[in-house]
Order: sequence, then C-alpha cells, then structure tokens
Amino acid sequence: MSAVATEPRGRTEAAPPEHRTRKRWTRFLLPTYVFAFILYLSFPILIIVLFSFNQTRGGFGTSPRVKTTWIGFTTEWYGRLFDLPDLTAALRHSLTIGLLAALAATTLGTLLGLALARYRFRGRGGADFVIFLSISAPEIVLGAALASFFVALGVSRGFSTLFLSHTMFSIAFVAVTVRARAAGLDRSLEAAAMDLGARPMTAFVKVTLPLLFPGILAGFLLAFALSMDDFVISQFTQGPTQMFPTWVFAATKVGIPPHVFAFATIIFLTGATLAMVQALASRRRT
Amino acid sequence: MERSVQSDLPGLAPPDLPGLAPPERRPRRSRAPYGLAAPALVWLLVLFVIPMIAMASLSLQEGNSLEGFRQTFRFANFSDAISQNGEFLIRSFRNAAIVTGIALLLAYPVAYWIAFYAGRFKNVFLFLLLLPFFISFVIRTLAWSFILSDNGIIFGSLKSIGLLPENYRVLGTTVAVVAGITYNLLPFTILPLYVSLEQIDHRLVEAAKDLYASKTKAFLKVVLPLSMPGVFAAVLLTSIPAIGDYINASVLGGPGTAMIGNVIQSEFLRDRNYPEATALALVLMAIMLVGAIVYARVLGTERITEG
Repeated sequence: MSAVATEPRGRTEAAPPEHRTRKRWTRFLLPTYVFAFILYLSFPILIIVLFSFNQTRGGFGTSPRVKTTWIGFTTEWYGRLFDLPDLTAALRHSLTIGLLAALAATTLGTLLGLALARYRFRGRGGADFVIFLSISAPEIVLGAALASFFVALGVSRGFSTLFLSHTMFSIAFVAVTVRARAAGLDRSLEAAAMDLGARPMTAFVKVTLPLLFPGILAGFLLAFALSMDDFVISQFTQGPTQMFPTWVFAATKVGIPPHVFAFATIIFLTGATLAMVQALASRRRT
Repeated sequence: MERSVQSDLPGLAPPDLPGLAPPERRPRRSRAPYGLAAPALVWLLVLFVIPMIAMASLSLQEGNSLEGFRQTFRFANFSDAISQNGEFLIRSFRNAAIVTGIALLLAYPVAYWIAFYAGRFKNVFLFLLLLPFFISFVIRTLAWSFILSDNGIIFGSLKSIGLLPENYRVLGTTVAVVAGITYNLLPFTILPLYVSLEQIDHRLVEAAKDLYASKTKAFLKVVLPLSMPGVFAAVLLTSIPAIGDYINASVLGGPGTAMIGNVIQSEFLRDRNYPEATALALVLMAIMLVGAIVYARVLGTERITEG
C-alpha cells in the first residue's frame, strides 16, 4: 500500500488509492468527451473538404450543385475553380478589401495600442470605452449604424464603404493585440539602447519594433481573417459589390455550387497553415 | 506623467535613470500619446461613434422610403417597433438562452480538461478548437444545412435503414436554428472559460483534497467559484451574438423560426423601413450595454479590454 501511495502519479496522487481503482474507468470519460467534441467542431470542415471532391451533374443549362450523396471522386472543381465569374469577382473583392482593410487597421491599431500600453493621457478612458464598444457591439448593430450613416450622407454603398467599414471594425482588435504584446515587453531594453546613445526614434525602430513584431503580425492576420469572414457588416455596407460570403449566401438559395466547397477547402488550408507558421514563429521570438 | 510610464519596473530601474535621460525627451513624450492614438480614434469617431448617432437619429424619424424621412423625434417608434415584433424578440431571447445554456454545458468540461490535464499540449488543443474559424461561418452554416438536409448524410441514411420515419425533418425547425447558433458560438464560450480555468492555482485544488474534500467537492467548492468570471464572460460572449444572429435562422430555419436579426435585416435592406429597423438595432445595443455594465460592476472594466 505504502509503495503504491509514494509512486509519483501526477496531480491525483492525493486521492486515496482504493478510491482511484474503483473509479478508474472514469479517467477516460473526459478525454473521450474532449475528443468527440473536437470531432464535432471539425465535422462540417471534414464534410466540406470531402464533398469538394464529389462528382455532380448540373441540370440542363444550370450550374452544378453539390449532391448530398457520394457519387464518385473527382478533382474537377479544383480545375474549374474560376468557372463562375461572379464568384471569382466576389472572392477578388474579399481578398482586396481584406488586404487593404488589414493594412489600414494594423497601422492605425498598432499606434493606438502603443499609446494605450505606454502612456496615461487624457481621453484614455474614453478610448478604452470606444474600443470595448466596437468589439462587443452585435454585428447587426454595427451594420445598421454604418448603413444609416451612409444613407444619411447620401453616399452610394460599394467598394469604398466596405473598405472604411472593415477597417473600422478591425482597428480595436489590432489595438488590443498590440497592446497586450507591448505591455509584456521589457522596457529596460529600450532604455538601455538610449543609454548607449541611440536616439528615441532609433531605439524604437531597432529595439522596440522588432520585439513588437509578433503582436503586429498577429493583429494583421486577425484583421485579415475578420474581414474575410465578415458577412453581416458587408451585407449592410456593400451595395451592389458582392463579397465572397455574401455571394455564397445569396447564391445558395438553390443549392451550393461545388466550386464554393473547393474554394472553402483552399482558404481553410491556407489559413490553418499561416496560423501554424505564425504561432511557431512567435514562439521562437519570445 | 513620467513616473507612471516607468512604474512597471520599480525595483529594476536605477534611481538615477530619469537623470540620465536627455531633458528634451520630456515635452515630446507628453504629446506622443495623442499623436499615436489620434488617427485610429478619428477613424473610430467618424465610422463608429457618428454612425451610432446617425442611427439614433434615424430611429426617431417618420416617413417612408419613397417620400423620404423627416426628423420628428418620435420616440413612439421604439414602443411600436417592440410591440409589433414581440414574437421575434421573445423567440430571439428564448433561443439565445437555450444556446447559452447548452453551450456552457458542452464547453465547460472541454475547457476544464484542457486547462487542467492537457499539459504541454494545451496550445495544440486550443488550435484544434479554433479550426472552424478558418472557414467562413456562412459556409460552415451552409455545411450544416447540407448535413442536416432531409435526405442528407445523417437523416437520409437513418431513413433508408428505417430508423426514422420518411417525413422526419430537422432542417427548417427551431432545433436546427438553435443547433446552428450553438455550433457557431461554441469557440466564444470555450475561450473565456479556458482563460479563467487556466489561471486557477492547482495547489488550491490539492489543498482542498489534503483537507479531505472529495474530488467532486473540491471541484464544486474551489474550481467552480474561481471560474465564475469566465462563466460570466462566456455567457456575455455567447448570448449577445446569439440574440442578434440572423444567418442561422435564414439558412437553417424555416417558416416561423425568424429571429429579431432577420426582422432588422429585411426591414432595413429590403423594405427600407429605416426607423423601425434602427429602433430594433438600438434595443439590441441597449441589451448588450446592460450586460456589459453588469459585467463591469461585478468584475471591473480592465478585464474586458486588457483580458
């Protein structure tokens, strides 16, 4: 008994041994559940990837739709990715807006995040409050507010209103990400650079900026992902310019074109790979 | 001012460091935060604060899309909007409550296991939980409509082997809508739970067991109370998007499952009944603010933006 009790057993060693043997099978309950849960979360992704390789036949004169039964393996949809000109245009809009909005939001959000992390200034509380509100306001409220604004101004909605709106909702996320990174930095490094004769700007560019970079990159990727994924705010601010999610939503009233699943698979693999690379890179830097 | 900037390393800074700094840096520093924050704050002012005011103004106007709207400060727009859409508001609250409850029950054990037992694989598990985010949520919802369709891969097969009657359906019902919203919001439920569970000092649990608490009792008396901030954040982050959601109801729902978001969307974009749509949107905003204020009162605002 005593030999059993003194053996290292991890966290549960405090429990009396007879208790453990009686309940041993329950040890597998929680890990099994977690496994099943992750399977459930990934299930739609598996289906999307799988059925992007399924054959389907379109009716007369209609474009093909994904079939719910397995007909046969094909890579046809990957070869015909750009067959639907509207879908291609929507994807191009999403990528362009995503890139531009992420660049703008990263620039603005990084500066704001730095200001919040490093200084106490008048209006800081107000800035905090606006950041909090813009993150937590329901998307449909943001969409309706932006659309009201554009309607009141008489501005026609399209590419530029999409860019302005997407940048707006990403700024706060970048600011929060960069601020977290800046708050964790050792400021004595910058002070050391200045003690060694570097001017404040040089010290910032040579010391602080490289240290902040993982936070800035994470903010950029987050902003890009938020923009690519956004549906609600796009629907309210896009006018006739369709984005990838809004096109897909409108087009699928009559069934899902298999190209959509193929594109989703490519976007998924790209995003997951980028995130993994970013995670590994930031781990190495810290 | 100067002191507060360096106060994050009080013990490390040599006492004469402020003296070493060149004096011309001081006036520059005091203006720096405004220069840094201004571009972003102007953007947020013009495209967030002013639009909110524009929406509030629109919600008090009278008129129609053909003849235009006039500002009459008609506060009755709000009571009209609420009384005309009671059915949708109630359905939204009910769905959001069910979604939040189910999501908490499903998510808590997962967050608990990862925080306490995943060891050095924590980040791997978090990554797996966030995988769905790499596919647009519209497409994920479409995938569920595809999976749940009447003759789809689940119900089609169950029907063909006779386990379900031919007319059995889930797609188009409230069950599908609630399931869809729950699926889409689960990562938002798990993350705050995980963050608060991860911060719990494991020695507290061991101390409880040393004091002869059973595993269950240690959980109920130590872990659960300490994770309450996370539970509260999870409730907020799940229920607020759930109330305003309209994608799940339009992709997975059918007749009689429309939520308040569907009303706002169609009143604004299809019928151009701006006053009613904006009044309803402001009602949602007010609900979110009440939740946030309660949260801030209980736990403090710092946690929200710096968490």
